[in-house]
Amino acid sequence: MLERIWQMLIKEFIQVLRDPKMKGVLLVMPVAQLIVFGYAVTTDVRNVRTAVYDLDNSVASRELVSRFASTGYFKIVEYVGTDERARELLDRGDAQIVLHMNRGFEDDLRAGRTAQLQVLADGTDSNTAGIALNYSAKIVGEYSQSILNGRALRLLGPVRQPGQVRLQSRAWFNENLESRNFYLPGVIAILVTLVTLLLTSMAVVREKEIGTMEQIMVTPIRPFEFILGKTVPFALISLVNVVLVTTVGVLWFNLPVRGSILRLLFATVLYLLTALGVGLVISTISNTQQQAMMSTFFFYMPSMLLSGFMFPIANMPVVVQWLTYLNPMRYFLVIIRGIFLKGVGFDVLWPQLVALAIIGVVTLGLASRRFRKTLA
Amino acid sequence: MKPRRVLAIARKESIQIRRDPRSLGMAIAMPMLLLVLFGYALTLDVDRVPLVVWDQSGTPASRELISRFAGSRYFSLKGYVQDYRDVERAIDSGETLMALVVPRDFAGQIESGRPAAVQLLADGSDSNTATIAIGYAEAVVQAYSRAITLDATQRLGARPLNPPVEMRTRVWFNADMESKNYIIPGLIPVIMMVIAALLTSLTIAREWERGTMEQLISTPVKGPELILGKLVPYFVIGMFDVLLAVLMGEFVFHVPLRGSLLLLFVMAAVFLVGALSLGMVISIVAKNQLLANQLAMILTFVPAFILSGLVYAISVMPWPIRLVTYLVPARYFVSLLKGIYLKGVGLSVLGGEAILLVVFAAAMVALANFKFRKKLV
Repeated sequence: MLERIWQMLIKEFIQVLRDPKMKGVLLVMPVAQLIVFGYAVTTDVRNVRTAVYDLDNSVASRELVSRFASTGYFKIVEYVGTDERARELLDRGDAQIVLHMNRGFEDDLRAGRTAQLQVLADGTDSNTAGIALNYSAKIVGEYSQSILNGRALRLLGPVRQPGQVRLQSRAWFNENLESRNFYLPGVIAILVTLVTLLLTSMAVVREKEIGTMEQIMVTPIRPFEFILGKTVPFALISLVNVVLVTTVGVLWFNLPVRGSILRLLFATVLYLLTALGVGLVISTISNTQQQAMMSTFFFYMPSMLLSGFMFPIANMPVVVQWLTYLNPMRYFLVIIRGIFLKGVGFDVLWPQLVALAIIGVVTLGLASRRFRKTLA
Repeated sequence: MKPRRVLAIARKESIQIRRDPRSLGMAIAMPMLLLVLFGYALTLDVDRVPLVVWDQSGTPASRELISRFAGSRYFSLKGYVQDYRDVERAIDSGETLMALVVPRDFAGQIESGRPAAVQLLADGSDSNTATIAIGYAEAVVQAYSRAITLDATQRLGARPLNPPVEMRTRVWFNADMESKNYIIPGLIPVIMMVIAALLTSLTIAREWERGTMEQLISTPVKGPELILGKLVPYFVIGMFDVLLAVLMGEFVFHVPLRGSLLLLFVMAAVFLVGALSLGMVISIVAKNQLLANQLAMILTFVPAFILSGLVYAISVMPWPIRLVTYLVPARYFVSLLKGIYLKGVGLSVLGGEAILLVVFAAAMVALANFKFRKKLV
């Protein structure tokens, strides 16, 4: 029996790796992708392109503008003099925000009236716009408070100053709030899942389509041995992939590893088994490789979107949140983010591991039942 | 090139497509699934951030501050904790994203006119949510602090002070700042790229793998005729998907369409020709379906998603990566569609993107024809 499985393994490895292009796709591509995407996946908002439309052009208005410029969140790209020019910059996307102060800004301040700053924002990218407006509100608030303090001081004298409240915020696990640290583990997960799913979903259907399935059926190999022979090579290739991609992620991007690597490896093997299971089920229910490819994508795409990789699960409608419990990638993301960023162990992560184990058993069981039917 | 031969190939290909209803069904269902997911389920908008409070002060002043948090629609108060360990546990387990700690001497500090600090502990692992939520928290605290100052001056009999500077915000193009308004139009290129590549990337590799390529080679059909004939039916499916997406955007999600519909469809057609030809190039180069499949997914879906500016803003990427994004055709189409949909601008503003799309399509068509050899080896 071992001999038959061994032969099957050799055959699969030869088949997958015979094409030199395939080796590139399996081992070089994921690393190259990780590097490119690793740099691309960031939702940090910095250097918001800002135009200044300052009709007052006074000490006070310039002071406010310089407060914007000195934060690093805003980059002044142009001082405009007309409505039309401001509009044009927003239209072209050359400016994302326009700070507009009318004549009389400083006079209003001096007279104790409320001066107005108008902020025009390009809302097409609502996430960036929202964060930029948050920053603006904070800057304006601080400016306003500092003037107010001066007024209160003049009115009340130094002894009877009213107190103030300040917020000190501290972000745990990711002190500088770098979005890359959050997204990178996710990129590792989606790249590895893609390779694994594509390989396994084609595994059986390929033999069917080319007609080599008949040849396998005349050999003495048993269904169980066939399944093992179809799973183990891909599991190994995927595992090599994970190790490779993770190493590059850690060394290249300085991704913090706060938890145990061994635990990460264990969880990864468990996760890969579920991905293999899904891939094999797809392979057994498809008749052509075209169908297998479409079905894989039909599974992969929603599972990536509903995993919490980019879009927080907590923001989803409740029904969809339930749906995500069926998604193995969801659990894997919690595990790898937990181990990488929070350094938590299995005492916190065991529910995710149990869920992965259940999904793995179910999908692999389903796949082997369908196999027996094809082979019987 | 003879139209008759092109048509014959197109007919053969459409029969083949029709005989595989499952793949065809998925090619049409996929865009709808994506749109529904993005329209209803996926959003980066942050509200109701779970918050726990550790109120060491327990005074009217601290309760007032906490009630301002509880009353904000951006926070949802999950409860009170009594010590630091509880805070740690709640954040570790993901039960809450933030903890507000009000120090013991909070009220005293305010009374005596010194600045009082409240502490906000946030789970920073999802930095986007954390950044936005900290921003909201700062706004709440600032408003509270301002109220104290204004109150104090008023209580002491002074003339009420006006808030010195007020910020008025006007958001253009997407006044309610709903992410679906830019995600849905931005999704069309991603959908088209994927569908196109999935459909055509196997079409030539399949003929090689099954051996039917020999039959095609023995017919008088020429390379360009074969490629064009194979593109036609997939082009029809792709344009149908675009139509579907536009209709759903209009009637299901009510995304405002401010620009020219004609321009939208013309540019969609150009982009589609490029994407289909890219799939064809992959198919010709790979010659087997397993490899073609891998290449198609790697070269189309993930880049179209991550590097097109749909979710991650291109302007904050480091410059080498920004250079790479110029190679992703979806990038141009995403900005074209955002412009057409939300800004209502035309070719005068978007001409550059339009030209680059045409260049991409032409290059892909040329490459497909160049790479294809009607020979057995």
